[in-house]
Amino acid sequence: MIDAVGNPQSILLLGGTSEIGLAAVEAFAGDRPLRVVLAARPSPRLDGAKVRLESRGCAVETLDFDALALDTHPEVVEKAFADGDVDVTIVAFGLLGDNEQAWTDVQTAVELAQVNYTAAVSVGVAVGDKLKAQGHGSLVALSSVAGERARRSNFVYGSTKAGLDAFYTGLTEALRPFGVTVSVVRPGFVHTKMTEGLKAAPLSTTPEAVAEVIVDAVRGKKELVWAPAPLRFVMSALRHVPRPIFRRLPL
Amino acid sequence: MLFRAVAPVDRRPVRVAARPPVAWAAMTSLPSETRALHGWGRTAPTVATVITPRNPEEVAAAITTAGPRGIIARGLGRSYGDPAQNAGGTVLDMTGLTSVHSIDADSGRVVVDAGVSLDTLMRRALPFGLWLPVLPGTRQVTIGGAIGADIHGKAHHVVGSFGNHVEAMTLVTADGTVRELTPDGPESELFWATVGGMGLTGVVVRAVLKLHHVETAYFKVDTEQIDNLADLMDRQTRDDEKYAESVSWFDAVTTGEHFGRGILTRANHATLADLTPKQRRDPLKFDAPQLLTVPDVFPPGLLNKLTGKIFSEAWYRKSPTRTGAIQNITQFLHPLDIIGEWNRGYGPHGFLQYQFVVPLERGDVIRTVLERVTAAGHVSALNVLKRFGEGNRAPLSFPRPGWTLCLDIPIGPGLGALCAELDAIVLDAGGRHYLAKESRTTPEAIRRGYPRLDEWRKIRATVDPEGVFASDLARRLELL
Repeated sequence: MIDAVGNPQSILLLGGTSEIGLAAVEAFAGDRPLRVVLAARPSPRLDGAKVRLESRGCAVETLDFDALALDTHPEVVEKAFADGDVDVTIVAFGLLGDNEQAWTDVQTAVELAQVNYTAAVSVGVAVGDKLKAQGHGSLVALSSVAGERARRSNFVYGSTKAGLDAFYTGLTEALRPFGVTVSVVRPGFVHTKMTEGLKAAPLSTTPEAVAEVIVDAVRGKKELVWAPAPLRFVMSALRHVPRPIFRRLPL
Repeated sequence: MLFRAVAPVDRRPVRVAARPPVAWAAMTSLPSETRALHGWGRTAPTVATVITPRNPEEVAAAITTAGPRGIIARGLGRSYGDPAQNAGGTVLDMTGLTSVHSIDADSGRVVVDAGVSLDTLMRRALPFGLWLPVLPGTRQVTIGGAIGADIHGKAHHVVGSFGNHVEAMTLVTADGTVRELTPDGPESELFWATVGGMGLTGVVVRAVLKLHHVETAYFKVDTEQIDNLADLMDRQTRDDEKYAESVSWFDAVTTGEHFGRGILTRANHATLADLTPKQRRDPLKFDAPQLLTVPDVFPPGLLNKLTGKIFSEAWYRKSPTRTGAIQNITQFLHPLDIIGEWNRGYGPHGFLQYQFVVPLERGDVIRTVLERVTAAGHVSALNVLKRFGEGNRAPLSFPRPGWTLCLDIPIGPGLGALCAELDAIVLDAGGRHYLAKESRTTPEAIRRGYPRLDEWRKIRATVDPEGVFASDLARRLELL
């Protein structure tokens, strides 16, 4: 259960090696040790994350989870909820991909769409079903400002996040009567392994800063947040910039 | 945030239980509603299917057809945290069981339904010169809730807690069996596991209570204004036994030499001779109006250092030292009951009440806790300090000989960390938390504070082996 001051007791991280996701788990664990389920493909990084969280007093379980293996999702979610209620679920897996390759190569584009959108929808449905039955809980989906307005430089990724964003925004409404809060988080440019070597956009941020935004959203039951917060106003303005001007912007 | 389901779809899965078909029919005819519930602190709401039974048969039917998330009884929702919530499961709104079956003016024995409030019972019993010996800070509490939390009042050092005054109770357990329990009868273990058992042993549907005889509904009150904490506790330690009721309020905002200055109020029931001629015309008058209801419009942060200081100053100044004042029940016991839904004043984020007890010899903890709260910059305006008398036999009953302190703190940044720090201080001193107020501690803190928890679990397991009774509190604190 999430208590009166907003401390959860258990967290499921789908995308168990996601830097932002792990930073969020650590931010929660900073106040109180948690029961953590890390769902990801087995890797040394996953093992490292488990050890790191255990050293902070958390009880960590890892689950083999492959975003592309859609038909295994219900079973993975079933296992994640088998040991009791899950207070916070974070959907953090995703691929950035190379935009030039993605919009010219079918296979790359489809993989991006499947991981970032189809798989996110798939786990969203399965987790939503569990949360509905449990009557409480918080579901966090990592969207992106890239989904707010398509840009030439990363529109394939942006389109997948736009789909994810719309799905979880709707899920927010669908699950609200069941006592479940869905928070859609829209980070800007985050310095992670995924963005290594890329030129940072203005208002770029870190996984730890996004984690704080996630913690704050869960505690405050916020349904739509930007990281960093001022991006909300930047994006609001950018959405209305006429195309001839927008395409000339150095974004 | 409050939310209300629009469509009350009946989604309860059917639990396979050996039930006659009649009960199932009764069950399906019970109206249910899916809605969010929270405690008096307005924190951590969860959604459950709410059923309002009208009689013990309907209670039994609801219990035996509860789904996999279980069932819990709820009274008037005055617990601060989550004991009367059951996320994804069933919650029985017990306020549908409202009969006062009998009042025996000579013996003081009353037979009441569990959904009757202390307020209602008092209004009915007072004309017979009967008084509820245990009254907490509000009368808006049901009999069932009073037993489940084994509530206490300002008279604890003399009369003990609520369970001490229950002569018998009717409990519906997980298999739908209706049991008659007494404190010393064949199932006395279950009786005492139910007292303070937070509704997790079964649903109390009826109780026999023993009330006290009084001549008047007034108190003869001695008020002492004491300008620091050490003197306040010292005064409260001396001659407390001469008074039927004793409690102090203190200022947790002012620092320096007047740190913990407060008002000690102690009283005995007034006799006819104490009253003015006018009061004597109606000595059992129940003077407890509710003058206003707070609307749900307050922003967070209204209680801050400035307003807290103003409130504390005013509260301190309004009660100069005087002896023998005659006060009615509202003036002496329940000033907050004048205002309906006063918890809304804390704003949408809600608040928590931090209440603990530490052994008498660890009175120093009170000061340490206060200093920590003040140093952390949190503001608590309603602070209550009391010396408990002897506890009772119930394994999960909160009161034990010692000092109990109660703080109301609005939810704000850093409060979780502060409370965790206070937990360590309290537990290290051999203290424990009050489950009716609890909303954020750890299972470990409860295990340490209640060494008889396992004993209680065993008794519970004999009547509810499948875990039909469940609540958010039980899940959060791993009570089951």
